[in-house]
Amino acid sequence: MTLRELVEALGLEILEAGNLDREVTQAYAADLLSDVLAHAAPGSLWITLQNHANVAAVAALKELAVLLVNGRRPDPDMLQRAREHKVTVLSSHLPAFDIAGRLYQAGLRGAQ
Amino acid sequence: MRVWRADLHLHTCLSPCAELTMAPRTIVARAALCGLDAIGIADHNSAANAPAVMRAARGSGVAVLPCMEVTSREEVHILAVFGELDAAFAMQEFVHRRLQGRNQPEIFGLQVLVNEEHDVLGFEPRLLAGATEWSLSEVVERIHRLGGLAIAAHADREAFGLLGHLGLLPAGLPLDGLELSPHTSEAEFRRRWPGYVGLPLLRFSDAHAPEQIGSVATGFRMRQVTLEELGMALRGREGRAVVTEAAGPWKN
Repeated sequence: MTLRELVEALGLEILEAGNLDREVTQAYAADLLSDVLAHAAPGSLWITLQNHANVAAVAALKELAVLLVNGRRPDPDMLQRAREHKVTVLSSHLPAFDIAGRLYQAGLRGAQ
Repeated sequence: MRVWRADLHLHTCLSPCAELTMAPRTIVARAALCGLDAIGIADHNSAANAPAVMRAARGSGVAVLPCMEVTSREEVHILAVFGELDAAFAMQEFVHRRLQGRNQPEIFGLQVLVNEEHDVLGFEPRLLAGATEWSLSEVVERIHRLGGLAIAAHADREAFGLLGHLGLLPAGLPLDGLELSPHTSEAEFRRRWPGYVGLPLLRFSDAHAPEQIGSVATGFRMRQVTLEELGMALRGREGRAVVTEAAGPWKN
């Protein structure tokens, strides 16, 4: 599934487009950056409520797309850094567990 | 005894998120212009640029304390304040023992090691934006064992702030003070955390750019700028005191 298809299927909001045509098959949910650096599979969709600049940096490093939960908005400096590194930033009004369930139903799987 | 104005949370060009213009002489000149008596050089997980700022400050009337903004395993920032370089570097050795990752400057930013003339000595290769594997209590314990003061940095902030990130003040964590985000007043903080009592509230600039230096500061009533006097002021001992509301924020 492409990120664009996920956006349409789950009604996600696009805050920074990046490359929406790329395929995504895995997702990872965590709010500690060090955990994401250590354990998220490259190319995954990262489900988080963290919304500061280092989130975009970690996402750029691991080629992750970011999905903010609870309708959260990125800090301006996060958005700027996402733009610089072409990191996709999406947002859902749902909490992490709920959106993870829907992503699973849509065919995404975890790192294992 | 008098009130000394201190801004103990400044970054230099070593912090990947700080501006490259945060050079030793620029920092000292700006601090002197703002009428600061003391500054703390607190880069992320490193004290390596503190000696250069201390040398740059000789004869300026600005006291420089070597500090460090340590990231704990919980991704909470603790401001470690030291009186001597030896203690700061012992803390750095402790932090680096369990700090994983290499910096990628194009993503996180440059980590520039400089001397007092702003000559580039090299680039710090570790991922200073990363978190150590030491827990909060291990970090605080080590700071104290090295004779330093442990302050929860920008404690109200959700990103890396003790209260904002963890939602509570862990029972039994022997901190010496709580720093508010530079834009948060004490009154605002007390509205958000109405039950808060205990640790003294401090306001520093967390400056990442020269113009932010001294934009907020805290007054300390004490005899002179030493770590020991600061500790007494934080504990309210023998007439020493923290003077926040009366003294700040200062406008330049």
